[in-house]
Amino acid sequence: MAILITRDTKVIVQGISGRIGKFHAAEMIDYGTRLVGGVTPGKGGETVLDLPVFDTVRQAVEHTGAEASLVFVPPPFAADAIMEAADAGIKTAVCVTDGIPAQDMMRVKRFLMRYPADRKMRLIGPNCAGVISPGQGFLGIMPPAIYMQGRIGIVGRSGTLGYEAASQMNALGIGVSTSVGIGGDPINGSSFKDILALFEADPGTDAVMMIGEIGGPQEAEAAAFVRDHMRKPVVAYIAGLSAPKGRKMGHAGAIISAFGESAQEKVEILSAAGISVAPNPSAMGETMAGVLKARVAA
Amino acid sequence: MDIHEYQAKEILGRFGVPVPRGGLAYSPEQASYRAREIGGDAWVVKAQIHSGGRGQAGGVKLCRSEEEVRAFAATLYGRTLVTKQSGEAGKMVDRLWVEAASDIARELYLGFVLDRKSERIMIVASGHGGMEIEELAETDPASLVRMSIDPAVGLAEFQARELAFNLGLNAGQVAKMVTILRACYRAYRDLDATMVEINPLVITGSGDLVALDAKMSFDTNALYRRPQIAELRDRSQEDPRESTAGDHGLSYVGLDGNIGCIINGAGLAMATLDMIKLAGGEPANFLDIGGGASPERVVRAFRTVLSDRNVAVMLVNIFAGINRCDWVAEGVVAAYKEVGIDIPLVVRLSGTKVDEGREIIRASGLPIITADTLADAAARAVAALPRKAA
Repeated sequence: MAILITRDTKVIVQGISGRIGKFHAAEMIDYGTRLVGGVTPGKGGETVLDLPVFDTVRQAVEHTGAEASLVFVPPPFAADAIMEAADAGIKTAVCVTDGIPAQDMMRVKRFLMRYPADRKMRLIGPNCAGVISPGQGFLGIMPPAIYMQGRIGIVGRSGTLGYEAASQMNALGIGVSTSVGIGGDPINGSSFKDILALFEADPGTDAVMMIGEIGGPQEAEAAAFVRDHMRKPVVAYIAGLSAPKGRKMGHAGAIISAFGESAQEKVEILSAAGISVAPNPSAMGETMAGVLKARVAA
Repeated sequence: MDIHEYQAKEILGRFGVPVPRGGLAYSPEQASYRAREIGGDAWVVKAQIHSGGRGQAGGVKLCRSEEEVRAFAATLYGRTLVTKQSGEAGKMVDRLWVEAASDIARELYLGFVLDRKSERIMIVASGHGGMEIEELAETDPASLVRMSIDPAVGLAEFQARELAFNLGLNAGQVAKMVTILRACYRAYRDLDATMVEINPLVITGSGDLVALDAKMSFDTNALYRRPQIAELRDRSQEDPRESTAGDHGLSYVGLDGNIGCIINGAGLAMATLDMIKLAGGEPANFLDIGGGASPERVVRAFRTVLSDRNVAVMLVNIFAGINRCDWVAEGVVAAYKEVGIDIPLVVRLSGTKVDEGREIIRASGLPIITADTLADAAARAVAALPRKAA
């Protein structure tokens, strides 16, 4: 098992006719992802990579039974594309787009609230690397070859730091059930807590690697969730110990603006919740290995 | 993106926030002319720079004559003002704002920010204005009133009223405050702001509410649909290296150390800086080359980092997903030829097209120090520092 995407998940790509959308769609098919079509308004009836293209997400869902969508739409139109997916009955949407205005995301989050829980779409991202369940399929832009199949979940804001964690674990023979990039924007679809809850419930996941960074309240919220609701062990790393206050470090959300948002404060909050925090970014793999070993011994 | 106080006052004024009568001056003579134009017998002259703490740094003065306005403007104009928020380099004063002095009976604080917890616009207000919000949060947290706004409905009148009463305003002042709150919210929402701050918002002796200072910041991701805001950008107030890097798709932040860094991904970049510190070094910068970086963009990154004279060692750390190690390697080799690199260079490549990338580095015959892992890369960069610099 895995979370969010398995070999059976039917996937569409919104923006499949664009150069980047098409390139990544081909990569996803190569890996074995069950891609069933794409959406580009005005290009309905055409085919891309031998897959049918539809004008609207609703048509795509009706004709293909798609459950998941990868949103590869430029920033000015991305929020609209996400809401279209939600309204058409898509269960999981991953938005890779970087540069969506914050107020657009505010409206997207408000829009998603209008659906009852059983019909509410789960949004991952934006500005993220995507989701991969090794050996089954992926929705995103990551290099799939670095992931080994296994039983550890990864959830992180940063794409490249997620790759770093996967490759460190790979070198130690530790595989991944699913890796989820939640993105570096101040407002994102799913928080650490949301993804941790999915991993806790997933029989295919034994432990979780959580990769946070400076800025925002989501790591602290995740710490409380781990302490109160999780039985599976969680290992964490927080990037940005050397980041100066008030300076934005690349990600729109990576800026220390309130108490509890610096890396040091987050490390303290996570440690206090019983989470094993890797002391540095090259120790993510070995910290996980240590936790797994202690668990077997116990 | 930040704008000047006078620009923020003009915008908020258009939305219905009362601001003092004032005018902009580009010379001391113009400043005294503005004072005459405004009339009255007292004026405040304010340096226009993108930084708080201007008052304490000597950038603001109450003047009682046109001559005093001119004389003070002459001391400010063309000067670099260093405030506690501006950084050591300070900010250049090339324009001044002159406005009618207000009769202050009470000072309030009013701010609108994006609250990441509720994922909504939030009002933060206090009955005690004048000091910085951080200071206020420490010295008088109980005085802070917070209220979040539902984007589907906007700021309801009852919310604005409730907040105004919570600040201890009387009935007449409450009506004026409601107008100001709703104006600020509309400006924030309609112009894609990320911050609106009026500090202080004063109650005058005659019971009027006036914005004595104003700050606005805007969402750079939304500037494509706010051309009138994009025009307000003042590049003279930005770090030239950071803004030039930004023009080329690079995210650069200058730091104080001597190990120059070129990395892909903001998270990996932050982690690499942490790793350098742990290895006993000090990073000279944060730099994310972004996704799909061409060899040209990599050369540009070298130019940017090497324009900092403190840099004694270079470290390139790439974990390619949407990037390609072969393109990065070509960029590294090209940088030797085009930029000229005469300091030690450590390169770590991983991910997409790594074998091709490593082969390009090896075949170049250049004196590049290679590393396989993040820890290795940081350790080698620190070890490569010249003795006296380390």
